[in-house]
Amino acid sequence: MAEEMVTIYVMGKQYEVPANLTIMKAMEHAGYRLVRGCGCRGAFCGACGTVYRTKDDYRLKVGLACQEMVQDGMYLTELPFYPGNKAQYDIEDLSADSETVLKLYPEVYRCLACNACTKACPQDIEVMEYIQTALRGDIAKTADLSFDCILCGLCASRCPAEIVQYNVGLLARRLYSRHVAEKSGHLEKRVGELKKGKYKKDIEKLKKMKTNELKELYNNRDMEPR
Amino acid sequence: MYPESMRESIKRLEATREHRLTEELPLMSPEERQKLLEGYHPDYRAEVFSEIKVGTSKGQKTPKEYASIFEAYSVIDPAKFDLSEVDYDVDVLVIGGGGAGAAAALVAQEHGADVLLVTKLRLGDSNTVMAQGGIQGADKENDSPAIHYLDVMGGGHYKNDPDLVEALVMDAPPVLSWLEKLGVMFDKESDGTMVTIHGGGTSRKRMHACRDYTGGEIMKTLKDEILNREVPVIEFGAAYELLTDGRKVTGAIIYNMETEEFVVVRAKTVILATGGGGRLHVMGFPTSNHYGATGDGLVLGYRAGAPLAFLDTIQYHPTGAAYPEQLLGLLVTEKTRSIGGQIVNTEGNRFVYELETRDVEAAAIIRECAGRKKGVVTPSGQPAVWLDTVVIEMRHGEGTVKSRLPAMYRQYERFGIDLATEPILIYPTQHYQNGGLKIDSTGETKVKNLYAAGEVAGGVHGTNRLMGNSLLDVIVFGRRAGLAAAERAASIKRQGKLSLKHLESYHDELKGARVPKKRKSPILLPDYRREETVENRIKVLS
Repeated sequence: MAEEMVTIYVMGKQYEVPANLTIMKAMEHAGYRLVRGCGCRGAFCGACGTVYRTKDDYRLKVGLACQEMVQDGMYLTELPFYPGNKAQYDIEDLSADSETVLKLYPEVYRCLACNACTKACPQDIEVMEYIQTALRGDIAKTADLSFDCILCGLCASRCPAEIVQYNVGLLARRLYSRHVAEKSGHLEKRVGELKKGKYKKDIEKLKKMKTNELKELYNNRDMEPR
Repeated sequence: MYPESMRESIKRLEATREHRLTEELPLMSPEERQKLLEGYHPDYRAEVFSEIKVGTSKGQKTPKEYASIFEAYSVIDPAKFDLSEVDYDVDVLVIGGGGAGAAAALVAQEHGADVLLVTKLRLGDSNTVMAQGGIQGADKENDSPAIHYLDVMGGGHYKNDPDLVEALVMDAPPVLSWLEKLGVMFDKESDGTMVTIHGGGTSRKRMHACRDYTGGEIMKTLKDEILNREVPVIEFGAAYELLTDGRKVTGAIIYNMETEEFVVVRAKTVILATGGGGRLHVMGFPTSNHYGATGDGLVLGYRAGAPLAFLDTIQYHPTGAAYPEQLLGLLVTEKTRSIGGQIVNTEGNRFVYELETRDVEAAAIIRECAGRKKGVVTPSGQPAVWLDTVVIEMRHGEGTVKSRLPAMYRQYERFGIDLATEPILIYPTQHYQNGGLKIDSTGETKVKNLYAAGEVAGGVHGTNRLMGNSLLDVIVFGRRAGLAAAERAASIKRQGKLSLKHLESYHDELKGARVPKKRKSPILLPDYRREETVENRIKVLS
């Protein structure tokens, strides 16, 4: 069976590529050896943000090159880097409120609530919503809503108010985790025990064991139910 | 979404679901495990390996694809390269920008070192960012570092270096605490109790997670911290060669991937944190790894004289995506099984307990397809078995799959597969190199002033790593190497001489072994141009 082919335009240049490829694999098929614009190839790293337009449509669309399939007549370019603003801070010194967010990222004030960021997000995150919750000082909600962000920058690329949403979300998650969420008591306790040298002897004993003794222990160890 | 050819099999799987929900499968006996591994795990197959012809670990066996990067010349001609101009003069050079590199750089700087971090892609581009399932640490009341130690040793077939395992398990709680303090958003109960679950081969629930973006969340936080603390970073700067004074490491040659220029870095100590080699595609296996996972640091360290440990064992993750084609090789997180997902053959029957160690689980799947012919074959000819995610919903309630596995759910949703109502197809994928450059518990290799941390290093995991011990490994040994490298640098008064003497003798050895001149390494990036894509070619073991 002949492979179905489509025509795509990479930065304006025309290529025929198989229809069943992602944008990234189609670019490689066309002969590109990617240096920028390619990372994990699995929608975790945000390296391959892409802007495209399809035939007979004026609208610009965005997506990840590693996830989005090619379409016939697709005009595309990767957007592997976005020069967004990143504030400097010491997380220890901050308080988890809207003042902190607005001091570090005052442009959040400028949000027009146009929802362009949400429409752009390849992770289907309610981006505008979390900018609004940040504005209201609901750091926990901002952290929760922004959690799946992969820092691809496509939201910022479409924002008329020049907000760098992904950095606001990251700040909120760190603020929440450092200053709002309860510290883990059992973890603190274990760290304290280790500082006092507890468990050192147990480990020493295991380290001295012969393989057969270890095997015996291992094969008969009790398992916490699943 | 699934083609007609698979629907029959799905029906059989649906028919057994009620029964499977309460069905208890036993763990295999040690003898059964051994027999299975010998029959069906690629590590036990002679045709996968060859002996390394040159260098300090000459004669050791390693997969052929790995041997090919050791048996290769540098692009740098040691007789001609000009080392008289030094571009950067630092205390600690960190090569690699993933979890281990970032942790090392932060700690080295905290200890007063003048640090430079170079990475061939962007800061954070790494396998760390892709690690979904979790990070281990014995911090619960019913658990202890000693119990963790036993799990690690048993999982690694007792081959692990005990000193390294001790470091791993004893540092785990402090490392979790460090990450918590930096503001990593761990899954917690409202009172701060960490939500922990099992992984394959764990005897206690000690897997900590950040939903199913655990590595991503850790990496984003470390990257943010590197930027906040203004650690100098060179992105798209690949290390092409280490520099030595003939014995000790004294720096490195860095290649600007964009301007194609070389820069010379003089450093009192160097930390290799370059990750693994999934993109070498052993046996043509697909891989779950990052684009940059080409084993560069192994080559650099080996040429400088650092011996290898356990580079004859590769971890094939049991559940790589097998369908649709676009996802081939990508990881389906082990957490899917931790929370109740079931492995099912084409007849609708389970054939292996889902939380065996990864090597056993992978071998069982290969056996089911290649040996027992009870797999499903996709339209492109890829063998596979089912991973039934629907039982998770039945067991834990509607919406569980989407809330506990958002990344997975989204990934499949893009291709019209709903994990809450449909099963998925999986097959083992090349995931992790269990071995690497041999290190001691400070992270130092056998070459003085050269450290290695994370996947590039070997010995911690023996011949099989457990889920959640890799994220732990990168942070534990990244921090250890960062500390030791900073302290060593502080004790070195004068910067060492820069030379490529070690490379000259390595090249002589290559000539002696008649290695063809055109073979070059490190390869920096895989080349998928115009190929039918390596990812689509898999040699099936029979």
